[in-house]
Amino acid sequence: MAKEDVIEVEGTVTEALPNTQFRVELENGHNVLAHISGKMRMNYIRILPGDRVKVELSPYDLSRGRITYRFRT
Amino acid sequence: MIVRKSTSELEAMREGGRITAGCLAMLEENVRAGVTTRELDRLAEEFIHELGGKPEFKGYQGFPASICASPNAMIVHGIPGSYRLKSGDIISLDVGVRYEGFVTDSATTVPVGYVPEDILGLLSTTRECLAAATDQMRAGKRLGDVGHAIQALAESRGYGVVRDLVSHGVGRQMHEDPQIPNYGSPGTGPRLLPGMTFAIEPMITLGDYGIRLSEWDGWSIYTADGSLSAHFENTVAVTENGPLVLTQNGSSGP
Repeated sequence: MAKEDVIEVEGTVTEALPNTQFRVELENGHNVLAHISGKMRMNYIRILPGDRVKVELSPYDLSRGRITYRFRT
Repeated sequence: MIVRKSTSELEAMREGGRITAGCLAMLEENVRAGVTTRELDRLAEEFIHELGGKPEFKGYQGFPASICASPNAMIVHGIPGSYRLKSGDIISLDVGVRYEGFVTDSATTVPVGYVPEDILGLLSTTRECLAAATDQMRAGKRLGDVGHAIQALAESRGYGVVRDLVSHGVGRQMHEDPQIPNYGSPGTGPRLLPGMTFAIEPMITLGDYGIRLSEWDGWSIYTADGSLSAHFENTVAVTENGPLVLTQNGSSGP
């Protein structure tokens, strides 16, 4: 099974966009456009602005990411 | 940390590799128009159990099946289901087996029925990329030589080399250190030493290398531009006498 080459970072959701995408501000100050991962979607996990999340970024496109985890605050 | 295996541990991996290779060969014989990927998964699971192995993919981070079945523009991690193979398809099949505490991992891409020449060219080039990478598995070579071998061959023929998915170390776990990109510069990266075991798996596309993860099942990974993609894999050990392909069983493998 192939291994995915991703960079995992943490950030805070700043904005929810109409197409189930989110703007996330990362710990390093960068802003990315992220979508919710299929696994989270299947488990009906909601994401709201203000949530602290884990984001996976592809090394080849650091401006887009996938939200893979929402932290409990 | 890259774990090196002893002679007896490599022997255990060889035995497991025979099961993995045998399973893939059996699946290849069963690929034809009309068969569903679920049937292939069931055949694989029975085969592996009968030979005393355990399907490693099942339950791995929640993966629900024993094989990955990825048709056409799907690169890897396809979940077997009701997809029925049809003439003209290419189907990538990936199998992982745990035997005596070690995992071996292998994959092949098989044409179904009549497939045009240029697509067969993609398959044979990807197979050659695996052979070229395997040839680099010698003591003294470096990890970058492996990725470079794949990238140079594939790109010289105009194909795309997937970057977001990588080859990897394998042994007691399916994914061990190091990550090995299927692209790279020669003479870079850690040195290869005898006892190291890797799952070398070039993923090559007819178009660009971007990928798209399925929102639907959270597993299937497609080419972003919808182009066809091929995937071949072997588990290979570095030995004093050169590369040793662990996933072979005497008959033809990837």
